[in-house]
Amino acid sequence: MNYIDSSLKVVGTRPLRPDGVDKVTGRALYSADTRAAGMLWGKILRSPHAHARIVKIDTSKAEAMAGVYAVCSAADFPDIPSEEAFVGEGPMNFRDLAQNVMARGKVLYEGHAVAAVAASTPAVADAALAAIEVTYDVLPYVIDVEDAMAADAPVLHDDMFTAGVDPKPTKASNIAKVVKFKKGDVEAGFAAADVIIEDSYTTQPVHQAYIEPHACLATCAADGQVTIHASSQGHFMIRAYTAKLLGMDMSNIRVNPAEIGGGFGGKTLIYIEPVAVKLSQKSGRPVKIQMSREDVFRGTGPTSGASVTVKLGAKKDGTIVAAQTVLKFQAGAFAGSPINPGCMCGFALYDIENIDVLGYDVVSNRPKVAAYRAPGAPIASFAVESLIDDLASKLGMDPLTLRQKNMAKNGTKTHYGPTHQNIGFEQVLAAVQTHPHWKSALPAGQGRGLACGFWFNIGGESTATVHINEDGSVTVATGSPDIGGSRASMGMMVAEVLGVDISMVKATIADTASIGFTHLTGGSRVTFATGMAATQAAEKVVDELKKRAAMIWEIQPDAVEWRDGKAFPAGSNAGGFEPLDLAELALKAARTGGPVNAEVSVNAQGAGAGFGAHICDVSVDKETGHVKIERYTAIQDVGKAIHPSYVEGQIQGGAAQGIGWALSEEYIYSNKGQMDNPGFLDYRCPVASDLPMIEAVLVEVPNPRHPFGVRGVGEVPIVPPMAAVANAIKGATGLRMPDLPMTPPKIRAAFDAAG
Amino acid sequence: MSNLSYAAPTSVDDAVKLLAGSSGLAKVLSGGTDLLVQMRSGRLKPDLIVDTKKIPGIIGIREENGGFVIGAGTAGAVVEAHAGLNKAWPGLVEALDLIGSTQVQGRCSLAGNLCNASPAADSVPALFAAGAIAVVVGSKGKREVPVEQIPTAPGRTSLAKDEFILEFKLPVRPARSSDAYLRFIPRTEMDIAVVGCGISVTLNEAGVCTAARVSLGAVAPTVLLLADAAAILVGHTLDADTLAKLDAAAQAACKPINDKRGTIEYRTKVAGVLARRVAAIAFDRAAGKSTGKAH
Amino acid sequence: MAKQYVSATINGEQSEFLCETQQSMLDVLRDVIGLTGAKEGCGSGDCGACSIILDGRLVCSCLMLGVEANGTTITTIEGIAQGDKLHPIQQKFLEHAALQCGFCTPGLIVATKALLDENPNPTETEARYWLAGNLCRCTGYDKVIRAVMDAAAVMRGEAA
Repeated sequence: MNYIDSSLKVVGTRPLRPDGVDKVTGRALYSADTRAAGMLWGKILRSPHAHARIVKIDTSKAEAMAGVYAVCSAADFPDIPSEEAFVGEGPMNFRDLAQNVMARGKVLYEGHAVAAVAASTPAVADAALAAIEVTYDVLPYVIDVEDAMAADAPVLHDDMFTAGVDPKPTKASNIAKVVKFKKGDVEAGFAAADVIIEDSYTTQPVHQAYIEPHACLATCAADGQVTIHASSQGHFMIRAYTAKLLGMDMSNIRVNPAEIGGGFGGKTLIYIEPVAVKLSQKSGRPVKIQMSREDVFRGTGPTSGASVTVKLGAKKDGTIVAAQTVLKFQAGAFAGSPINPGCMCGFALYDIENIDVLGYDVVSNRPKVAAYRAPGAPIASFAVESLIDDLASKLGMDPLTLRQKNMAKNGTKTHYGPTHQNIGFEQVLAAVQTHPHWKSALPAGQGRGLACGFWFNIGGESTATVHINEDGSVTVATGSPDIGGSRASMGMMVAEVLGVDISMVKATIADTASIGFTHLTGGSRVTFATGMAATQAAEKVVDELKKRAAMIWEIQPDAVEWRDGKAFPAGSNAGGFEPLDLAELALKAARTGGPVNAEVSVNAQGAGAGFGAHICDVSVDKETGHVKIERYTAIQDVGKAIHPSYVEGQIQGGAAQGIGWALSEEYIYSNKGQMDNPGFLDYRCPVASDLPMIEAVLVEVPNPRHPFGVRGVGEVPIVPPMAAVANAIKGATGLRMPDLPMTPPKIRAAFDAAG
Repeated sequence: MSNLSYAAPTSVDDAVKLLAGSSGLAKVLSGGTDLLVQMRSGRLKPDLIVDTKKIPGIIGIREENGGFVIGAGTAGAVVEAHAGLNKAWPGLVEALDLIGSTQVQGRCSLAGNLCNASPAADSVPALFAAGAIAVVVGSKGKREVPVEQIPTAPGRTSLAKDEFILEFKLPVRPARSSDAYLRFIPRTEMDIAVVGCGISVTLNEAGVCTAARVSLGAVAPTVLLLADAAAILVGHTLDADTLAKLDAAAQAACKPINDKRGTIEYRTKVAGVLARRVAAIAFDRAAGKSTGKAH
Repeated sequence: MAKQYVSATINGEQSEFLCETQQSMLDVLRDVIGLTGAKEGCGSGDCGACSIILDGRLVCSCLMLGVEANGTTITTIEGIAQGDKLHPIQQKFLEHAALQCGFCTPGLIVATKALLDENPNPTETEARYWLAGNLCRCTGYDKVIRAVMDAAAVMRGEAA
């Protein structure tokens, strides 16, 4: 069924989330909050070197220590062959994943895991790590993406031959692959252009910086069955990857999803679970591993840093006739940067006849990148949206008008293949035009920037079950970890279909043994895909309830109508029965065929792409280079907001992360290839006093492929901020800042250089 | 595993005896906001922690002979709530207020900030500018030391193994005196100073500076006291020429490093900027023109 | 070393525990006493997720030794609600959707409690600076600040 044009009673309101009380009272259990009897503390030894051959690992002293129950290194794990799997938001090679979890032969970045211990206390575990002797043959290393592409760069993997070039190279290199997209004839486009503009940009790796460090508790029973308690963006993902890396059957691993303290893409792969299981297998005791913040920064994935050039050609009237970009993404120590989406997203917002895109996926001696909110898109859009702003200046056009002239619409064919359908970019830009922020006069001394963003959003496999409890209350269980309020959305969609008050429906997350497979929480897919499964499960329950009422009334099921949470006879011909509500039907369930439940699994298609536009006002201290965000508005097509507060929250949070990316966040390396700022003191996420209120404006262009019109909302909002801030700085100062983060020293230096 | 001992003596003598008698590394614990971080990171592995907070007088603020005495272990939040100190030494109070978060304010102390001996410590340039005296206790008794003689290098002080600071004495404030402190950080809170500047001045009735102390943080291995810069202020109002000279003197005094928090070039320029801005605030306050916070 | 004996009042109840000297108060709360509402986000005083109120002052429990708790009075997130009745701050955090993942929420609520105990009528700027030591990565702080301001109004008797 489709409810887009129905009058809705629950969807679109703002009820309290079902897991809220536990989370405001400290009762909610996150991954580090559980213990088990006899539990040991697992800790991981990490490489101090950016690049080195492991000559020898001597664990004998550690093993001999009192209180140490198990020690492991790569030798204890299967040597996994290269195998590509497409999971989450990008490809995953299981050999790379295995070698990232525990270094085999070589360490490829400072912080790379080389060994682990399980001990009676954290202090004993620390002492045991210190007693492990690793002999390294230190190798030359490379950190920067351009350096890593140089012909004489130290090569990380001697079996890496650049994919995507013909003929296939015979010399190993750090370029994992080359990606190309072409549309039309870009040379002809530039030849026909009246104005051509080009610039180069760099971005630094930024970490998802979820506040909860990775943690897990693994228990291996004598029969080999394993239970893992961990937070992640997908407990089925933990099960699958752990099974793969340990050579186990999935049925022997059960993963209980702990509450997750933030992920943003960074918890879509594993780091510690196979290690905890191995230590538990070896010790026969439950083992808990919790990362320190330093471990998180050094050992887990930030997103790529990159080097990007963009060239645009336009007619005098503002029609962009040619667009070209070269993107070089650093992937960290293993192939797999988000270069593909990076190549797709920057120009996906515009209807441009001639496009040429070239992308490189490049390894270097940094932690393996992980997904981070709209992976790749923010980097591409920082460059493209900055240059479009400069193009508008050059043409003497308003930057909004220029975008409106070139915006993608339904039917616009993208340079990477698909044709845009059911998109709301036009409506988003119209909302910018009429918004009080855009129309307001700019306070003296300030600058205003506009930038836009796009993300595909995904669907995929999800399972949901709806149970009518014995008293008529309702439980909806799904396999999707709730990272930002999705329990509320699930409950609301089910309540809407059942026609009951939201207070009657409670949503939970079921473990891997208790519900059908569900793909991870990522790609902005949960409210769309899992919501679709939950909606369909509720519809099946309604059908069943109608049958039960029909049975009680001894009439045909199609003579029963369901509305407002009750079964009614569908007209006077059906009979003069009093309506039956959920409680009454539940009470009679045993006599009408047993419990009323439904489980639905879907592979949801038709995720609607999302577009957003951000308006940012800044002031700049010209003597110190300090930037203050004075006002910020984020406008986005959200399809249909099931729970508007949590949709606004996604947009506000994404914008705040983008502002951090723009101004203050970066990985800083020492001259020894070691991360110099692995803590929240010097890895500078925005704090409360750095930001103004962030106004989130919800534009609702329903996605016809979802029963309520939902499209993903969580990723789009991190795409525009970097360029929005950069364009605002340009407005305030006249300075184009092409290198992220736009720190005070860089801005002061730019002022000094400009004279 | 750990052989770490802990003691919370209730007298200066007991504390000194514990410190003197320790065979390994003994550390004085005041607010602990630096010490615990260093212990956790493994940078510091003490054998003995002497928690001085139970020593009478080490926490609290009193007026003595017209000046203020601040107990060495008094938490930042307590200093900030003290009306008399806010009036007489607003720069010192605002410097202390800039250390860390509200949470850190609940614990951090002047003595800890000084003895951690970081060149970037926020309260230290203000203490230097104030001309504060540290009352140091040890086996040989009590001695009074100008604060600028305490830190000697990053992480090092002139205190002997058995010594610690009991309290700070702030001098009597002449009429038309005030101070100010500003630091530059990339965010608005929670960062370590890229540059810090504290200035204390006394003006005559015509607004001419009769005494000044100027201090810079995070531009050299230790916090600097700038005699040249102070001399530029004395005998002048804060006219454009004086400000330009002050800026130049501050820049000339800088011997910074390039690190994750700032470059040599940037730190040097911003030292000049801050010196001008801080001087303006201090002069305004001394002239009774301004009472608000500097940051 | 023998363990240290510590006696403190925690959430209104007399509490006795033994801890290692090097254990932080956060370690003690979580691993010794079993109060896991205070979280470790950094262990270095930079994120505020472990915030507690110690003798009336807001502190990071990761920056305090467990032994230092002897003779003190401590409030943790578990002691903010009165029985099953939520504190107005907790209620407003829920109503304003001021949490997404909820991991930083205990620290933010404890810090807000300390703020409003000291300053019942903060400006938005004062609230933002007071809470600058509490990192939240999900919300962008907007709804957090709205919840804080609304809770303050309720506690002053100016709003429902």
